[in-house]
Amino acid sequence: MASHAAAASHGAVAGHDDGHVHHHHTTTGLDHRKIAIWAFIGSECMLFASLISTYLIYKGKSLVGPFPHTEYVDAAGKVFKPILDIPVTSASTFVLLMSSLAMVLALQAVQLKGQPLPAGAGWWTRAQRSSQLWLGVTALLGAMFLGFQAYEFTSFVREGLTLKTNLFGSTFFTLTGFHGAHVTVGVLWLMSLLWIDRTRGLTPKDELVVDICALYWHFVDVVWIAIFTLIYLIQ
Amino acid sequence: MATLATPTPAAVAGSDAKSGLWSWLATTDHKRIGTLYLWTALAFFLIGGLEAVMIRTQLARPNMGFVSAETYNQLFTMHGTTMVFLAVMPLSAAFFNFLIPLQIGARDVAFPRLNAFSYWVYLFGGILITLPILFQAAPDGGWFGYAPLSTPAYSGVAPGSSELKMNMDFWVAGLQVLGVSSLAAAFNFITTIINMRAPGMTLMRMPMFTWMSFVVQFLLILAFPPITVALVFLMMDRVFGTTFYQVAAGADPLLWQHLFWVFGHPEVYILILPAFGLVSEVLPTFSKKPLFGYNVMVYSGIMIGFLGFGVWAHHMFSVGMGAVADSIFSLMTMLIAIPTGVKIFNWIATMWSGEIRFTVPMKFAIALIAMFTIGGISGVMHSSPPADLQQTDTYFVVAHFHYVLFGGSIMGIFAGIYFYYPKITGRFLDERLGNAHFWLNFIGMNLTFFPMHFSGLLGMPRRIYTYDAGQGWDLFNLLATYGTYLLVVATAVFVWNFVRSRTRGAVAGGDPWHAATLEWSIPSPPPEYNFAKIPTIGSRYPLWDLKEPTWNADPSGHAVPSDPSDLQEETASHTAKALGIPMPYPTAKPLFTAIGLVVMFGGLLLFRDHHAVGLAILLTGAAMLIGGLYAWLTSPLE
Repeated sequence: MASHAAAASHGAVAGHDDGHVHHHHTTTGLDHRKIAIWAFIGSECMLFASLISTYLIYKGKSLVGPFPHTEYVDAAGKVFKPILDIPVTSASTFVLLMSSLAMVLALQAVQLKGQPLPAGAGWWTRAQRSSQLWLGVTALLGAMFLGFQAYEFTSFVREGLTLKTNLFGSTFFTLTGFHGAHVTVGVLWLMSLLWIDRTRGLTPKDELVVDICALYWHFVDVVWIAIFTLIYLIQ
Repeated sequence: MATLATPTPAAVAGSDAKSGLWSWLATTDHKRIGTLYLWTALAFFLIGGLEAVMIRTQLARPNMGFVSAETYNQLFTMHGTTMVFLAVMPLSAAFFNFLIPLQIGARDVAFPRLNAFSYWVYLFGGILITLPILFQAAPDGGWFGYAPLSTPAYSGVAPGSSELKMNMDFWVAGLQVLGVSSLAAAFNFITTIINMRAPGMTLMRMPMFTWMSFVVQFLLILAFPPITVALVFLMMDRVFGTTFYQVAAGADPLLWQHLFWVFGHPEVYILILPAFGLVSEVLPTFSKKPLFGYNVMVYSGIMIGFLGFGVWAHHMFSVGMGAVADSIFSLMTMLIAIPTGVKIFNWIATMWSGEIRFTVPMKFAIALIAMFTIGGISGVMHSSPPADLQQTDTYFVVAHFHYVLFGGSIMGIFAGIYFYYPKITGRFLDERLGNAHFWLNFIGMNLTFFPMHFSGLLGMPRRIYTYDAGQGWDLFNLLATYGTYLLVVATAVFVWNFVRSRTRGAVAGGDPWHAATLEWSIPSPPPEYNFAKIPTIGSRYPLWDLKEPTWNADPSGHAVPSDPSDLQEETASHTAKALGIPMPYPTAKPLFTAIGLVVMFGGLLLFRDHHAVGLAILLTGAAMLIGGLYAWLTSPLE
């Protein structure tokens, strides 16, 4: 947050969505929306903490399979393999982590808008200046993550695990479903920013708008790291 | 309602003369939204009171047949739910809305439209949860909604029928809707208090009400997610057949209790801390003394909020958590008595050797100290597990929490209403009627709840719809019922006073009580922009510095001279436009968005029994929500 103090000392642009510029004085110098998003993220921490705790409390308590990490044979002798596919989910985790990198680059591109390119800039320096590119890549990687999740959910249902099957099914689908819903909101948010960028062009004045989206996006990413570690990796 | 803000001579020219229904539907003014909260919450307070009257009538004598067992279950469930979520919390919200911007020297809250959204969501959520009682289909599983008792296996099917009952569905959906309202408001007030203080208004110069409200907003954002998760699980069990609370599938029957009380105990402080804040404004004003130990009052408020998250399982001593867990939660619970006791002593020390004026708000504030102390002491009694095992689920506990909630929260809120009514309307509440209300209320409250200590210790269980004679409970129950009828008379006097004084009360000036904080430096009712000139604050008691400089009320204040032009009691003869102050446009988009949210939950309620219709309504609501939000976010604020 400290890095924004300089910009804020001129009276942060308490931006109104129409792009009117009113210089509102604020006590901290930060924009209202920046403080609100931090409060929101604090609240979201409790939401996911409650969901993850419930998953952990119910871990190993399911009476019937399929189970996440162990094999299950039902009364009729049907064998259910351990259902979690860790290699595939590792790939989707990697995709989501890379989306955070793209988000950082998108914010940087917005901040650098309008500054002249250094002489003899290479393709990478030029690519770094394209906020549309990085917003698009972030949204695309988020959508890919959702694709992985859709694949995972449908294959679990095919293998016999639904919301109703057992405690694992109820807690797993609810927790990861909540996370997926957050990713979906993030993708829609990123696409809105991309659309604004394409129609009127984001400028360094819009840094805050992108910054807030980025905070949300990184938060959703961090939550996934917790979920991936606690649900997939620890057996 | 449109004529509520009856203009006093001082304010006629100040307000922009906006009236009519539309001006209320589209308002983004924090003072008008506060007024809407006040009226709505008082209406729900009357409904909750009516439910209590029916409960007490049924229990007046042994084996009464005033209502059936089923109706009784709905009554006590809705009494608790209404009083907690629809009356006391929104009454506090009315004061948050009206007072916080005025006390910190701001012109509005940080997000005026989000503020309107919070109110409308509260109103529709309240209607969603209350309306079914007219069709004998109100929630009937207690205000705590214990699962698995609230799952379809136990509360889904009516006797002699195969149709699933919807009673608890309304509760599950309604509380989620109300949670959205509380969370949105909390983000708003946190931002407002952190970011919109007038120059010189450091955190440690904020009025105590704003401080306690600040703590409450953090409790709200941290406590509501756990109950939201618990409710989502319950809703999924009821609608989609998940197994979260199905003991037959291996579920832990204590999961709900833990998630609920992780919310439920901080909720207790969400209910009481705003009242603590209100009396901390009233007591110094009518003692003509600064609040004793301001810093310690702030720290103890924060401490109460902090410890409040570590005591939830004292609601669960009887479920057999084991000696270690019982001991820890018992110890933590006893610890909370320390910061709470500090507050009690500081209030007494504030009055000590003060020049006390026994006005009606002062009487209510003193009543809070006395009554809350009784409730606090019985609370310490059942913080000890062996004692609690005797008392849990008896009327002793009912007596305890009514002493802290009625004797604490409600007394504090009444103190606040009598104190701030002149600021809100420009007119005083009648003092004689107010005194009658106070004494009837005070005697009625004690007559109702004190006997419950005895019937409880004699073993009378909570939540039973009737009882046999000869168990030693008859007299205490009859007394409690008489007490409730006295409270009905008291409340009638209050309502008469409240309505009548809007037009007939004595005209109050900007600072009718000779108080010390910023809200009293502007006209009553305040102009829409609050402060024509944003004041600069040099101490905790800016008005006393100006009017009574010899008091030196805040010796810790820096030697920044307070500016007499900050007194704006008579400067209200300009409109915002004339003063060049940008004000938010009125807009009904938050209202439209709130309707979308509630329609969405309505569709979810229908989904189980009528898939297609439910889904169609759900999607319609979602479209309204998204469309409303989009229109709102892409249109300018001011």
